[in-house]
Amino acid sequence: MNEPVARAELAQVVREHASDVAAALVRVTGDFATAEDLVQDAIEAALRRWPTTGIPERPDAWLYTVARNRGIDALRRDANYRTKLTWLDDPDPSPDDRLRLIFTCCHPALAREAQIALTLRVVCGLTTSQIARAFLVPETTVAQRITRAKRKISEAGIPYRMPDPTELDSRIGEVLTVIYLLFNEGYLGTTERAGSKDLAIDAEWVAAQLHNLMPNEPEAAGLLALIRLHRARAEARFSAGGGVVLLADQDRTRWDREVIADADRLLVRAAGQRRPGPYQLQAAIVACHAAAPTFEETDWEQVVLLYDMLLELAPSPVARLHRAIALRYATSPQAALDEVETLAATLDRYHLFHATRAELLRATGHPYQARLADQRALELTTNTAEQAVLLERLSWKAADRSS
Amino acid sequence: MRYVLLFVETERFMNEFEALSPDGRARAFELVGKWFADHADKIHGGSKLQGGHTATTVHLERGEEPLITDGPFVEGKEIVSGYCEVEVADLDEALRMVRTWPGCPVVEIRPIQVPATSLIPPSRE
Repeated sequence: MNEPVARAELAQVVREHASDVAAALVRVTGDFATAEDLVQDAIEAALRRWPTTGIPERPDAWLYTVARNRGIDALRRDANYRTKLTWLDDPDPSPDDRLRLIFTCCHPALAREAQIALTLRVVCGLTTSQIARAFLVPETTVAQRITRAKRKISEAGIPYRMPDPTELDSRIGEVLTVIYLLFNEGYLGTTERAGSKDLAIDAEWVAAQLHNLMPNEPEAAGLLALIRLHRARAEARFSAGGGVVLLADQDRTRWDREVIADADRLLVRAAGQRRPGPYQLQAAIVACHAAAPTFEETDWEQVVLLYDMLLELAPSPVARLHRAIALRYATSPQAALDEVETLAATLDRYHLFHATRAELLRATGHPYQARLADQRALELTTNTAEQAVLLERLSWKAADRSS
Repeated sequence: MRYVLLFVETERFMNEFEALSPDGRARAFELVGKWFADHADKIHGGSKLQGGHTATTVHLERGEEPLITDGPFVEGKEIVSGYCEVEVADLDEALRMVRTWPGCPVVEIRPIQVPATSLIPPSRE
């Protein structure tokens, strides 16, 4: 932890090799839980050793050797011990090995929290304490989740194999949800939760893996594009003082054009499959924003149209709220306000509903009602950065942008 | 692996079932019968149970007189209405089976403990 550069490098190296070691070990031991334990042991050893010895030339071989030595006792009990050891010497896992690992971690019979913790441990090679830090929960809680999940896998007979073709769509959906939640956790994490920031990197990595392994799944490409489009603009979201900068006020020269172009290419290729889905559409909406040279020049009609398509596939009051925000610029603030008012009952507990309503009330000449709505939004948000924006708006005090 | 499927009825389901015409009910039974026939090779016994109003529950507290109560052990709007034992490769196969179940709206899938520990002691003859 003394050397942040080394730490990031360590995390990257571990991330790149942990799942391959795990995939190979499951094949050899035939048991997910045992393999997972061995990989964790190896990772823990690597995190202890590598900061002083340096990262070995072939980190994967190093991890295999440690995991193998620890697992030898377990393997000896196996009649095919020698054959299996030679497998371990040539552990290059196939794409299917890697996919099996991801699908098992995200099996729908596991609780969402368990899916997330397992994916981080097995696919990204995070240790229990790293996961605990990222989610601000006690290490024992994470350890329990992992133990229970592994017990469930072995005792309930969750198979270690590719899902049946008839289930593939829903099973991919499950994996995408886990990645998306992981990303959100990292992306929305504030300065108080520095540990969560890396989760966005982990999420992007898993999304990229999934896309590479299933290049013909347009939603996997869509999610990867969505994550990259957010990452491209992540820096501009915060001021030097750590305050939130709204989309309209962001310095667009700080957006990473190369990453945006790469995400655009992903989306175009995915669209070629002609199987639109919620992630592709969300990414397309963000791509519209990313393509606009200024906030005013955003193609709002296109944004509204994409929200219409999104609502058709995945109706949600929050998406309707965002559509209304676009409608304000595509049509009029009054049209947007009329739409927002219809959501009052469902979104009453959601701070963004009240903050949006406040803006629209102000734009249509109702400053007093706008103020009440802002106050309601402030009551409902727990995120300090968002509280600062609302406080500034209410002029109770100037938001402190310098600290 | 062996699993027990616990079929769970909800109040709403029962009300809807009651409201069916005789033809509708016959059709519902037919669908369930067909499901059992389609999966006959995997099913090893099971039964439909009498309604929750017939249930009696005994609470055994060590050292105390057993407490006998009327009704199922959990008071609620959902009640186990039947069960069957199935033998399939893994949880995914059980899930595939249950996905097409045409009866009650909730099914719990529980693996049978391995190695099989019989709850019934060997009889002494």
